[in-house]
Amino acid sequence: MERFTGKSLLERVAIGRIYIYKKQEYLLEKRNIDDIEGEKKRFHEAREAAMKELQGLYDKALAEIGEEEAQIFEIHRMMLEDLDFIEGTESMIDGEKVNAEFAVSETGTTLSNLFASMEDAYMKERAIDVLDVTKRVVNRLAGVEDGGMHTKDPVIVVAEDLTPSETVQMDTNKILAFVTRKGSSNSHTAILARTMNIPALVKTDITLDDKYQGQEAVVDGTTGELYIKPSKELMDSMVEKKMEIDRKDNELKKLIGQESITADGRKVNLYANIGNVEDTKKVLENDAEGIGLFRSEFLYIGKNTFPTEEEQFRAYKAVLEKMEGKKVVIRTLDIGADKKADYFNLDQEENPALGYRAIRICLTQPDIFRTQLRALYRASAYGTLSIMFPMIIALEEVQEIKKIVQEVKEELQRENIPMGDVELGIMIETPAAALISDDLAKEVQFFSIGSNDLTQYTLAIDRQNEKLEKMCDTHHKAVLKLIRMTVENGHKEGIWVGICGELAGDTTLTEQFIHMGVDELSVSASRILNVRKAIRECV
Amino acid sequence: MKQFTYKVTDELGIHARPAGLLVKEAAKFQSSIKIKNGTKEADAKRLLNVMTLAVKQGNTVTVAADGADEADAVKTLEAFFKANL
Repeated sequence: MERFTGKSLLERVAIGRIYIYKKQEYLLEKRNIDDIEGEKKRFHEAREAAMKELQGLYDKALAEIGEEEAQIFEIHRMMLEDLDFIEGTESMIDGEKVNAEFAVSETGTTLSNLFASMEDAYMKERAIDVLDVTKRVVNRLAGVEDGGMHTKDPVIVVAEDLTPSETVQMDTNKILAFVTRKGSSNSHTAILARTMNIPALVKTDITLDDKYQGQEAVVDGTTGELYIKPSKELMDSMVEKKMEIDRKDNELKKLIGQESITADGRKVNLYANIGNVEDTKKVLENDAEGIGLFRSEFLYIGKNTFPTEEEQFRAYKAVLEKMEGKKVVIRTLDIGADKKADYFNLDQEENPALGYRAIRICLTQPDIFRTQLRALYRASAYGTLSIMFPMIIALEEVQEIKKIVQEVKEELQRENIPMGDVELGIMIETPAAALISDDLAKEVQFFSIGSNDLTQYTLAIDRQNEKLEKMCDTHHKAVLKLIRMTVENGHKEGIWVGICGELAGDTTLTEQFIHMGVDELSVSASRILNVRKAIRECV
Repeated sequence: MKQFTYKVTDELGIHARPAGLLVKEAAKFQSSIKIKNGTKEADAKRLLNVMTLAVKQGNTVTVAADGADEADAVKTLEAFFKANL
């Protein structure tokens, strides 16, 4: 038995035989040519033939897989009409008197490098598209056929990397899983795997050795492992794991439309965390009962200037309208630490997690804060809005926030702008806030416990530091004690208390949280049904 | 020369597909057409060039046409941006 590991994209298991997919190798030759016009004509004929092929692939992908996966061939076709590509190739044939294969390949590499060097993750991935499409033209010129996949039974496809034109030529009914040595979660293979709901490993440490061809294997997407020639015991356990995943999947789907209520009748509000407007779709698909954490940073990050009031208003309004009256908790700006935007002109800090961030920025630069609050209150007329404030450590901060909020509301009233009733709450994510939660509870209408930061600040452990992973006990008694204390102090003042960090989705803690009296859990949309199941099993 | 500015609201920004459609629109005009995103500038008739601008949601781009049909070009492209981006 041999074991390899990669980065898993989907928590599923596949069992089957290995199919080593190798690209047809074509040895590129550089030749000098005399007939320049003739060579250019060859180039354009091959280019047009490739465009026709791509039209065919587009139609096939559209019929078999769907619009999302098909689009790429349309884009490839357009790339072959691109003037930089055409002129680059022609001028190389002209200037260097080289064969079309070489000129196309060189031009393609230059253009591809341009994309590969970009910072934008989406555009970086487009480098492979440029190479894919130029290779198609080179293959036409050289008369090389694309390597298809020849197999009778469904297989686990193992490849260096897969281009969309390669995957589309594969019969999707014959693919159990993808394993690639390269690739990323943004690659086409990843999109396809998610659409097909099959496991996929990228960046896997396997060599494409022919000895693996046809070997029995298992892809365990829950751990990111690939086993070749698995032992009988491992195989048995994997068969069981696969059946279990399929069974659970079906079970979970049945929970759509059901209440999040314990066996003894306690109702828990099960909400979702989102990071942008589009995430709302997944929230509704997974039947969340509201949004417990809408991170507003997406409006600020990746921009050149501050978002305007109007722009923010539109985003908040869109989410409130999509949620049709269900509760939406929006967290005000939590920038600083690892989340930065240039135009904030934040200084380089020795200790950013303990530095100038979140509410500290808002209270120091109240103009930024007021713009956001105005946008939020304007949007409040379109649904059920709650606002919460991050990184609180002191009572005075909350009082100051409330003063600014009051001013903003009065200002909007004077402008005759309609507003809804808005609940105000704070994040409990510092040990300080948890310890004075008795006082804080008198000032606000809810608490939301941010377990990620609360854990980091309580244990003094940076969660991103791999060396500390072993020491970072996410179930540490100290953190759980602070959570319990916060819930109790909140309830004494009659306000609701929720959890919106990663712990909220940890189903091994669900029962404990419910016993503590937690009123709300807010988790990523994909975890909603898992947590609902855990809640329904609690007594 | 005529120009307009537009703030991109599409969630994906000017990704590959709208870039392709944009280039097709731009190619209908004789005028030279440039798109500016911050300090970067691209020829609106060149797909790969437009893509390398990496225009994201929220970016404000300036589209400028220069030539005999510049007024038509700006009008058509502004409508295109509003409808698609």
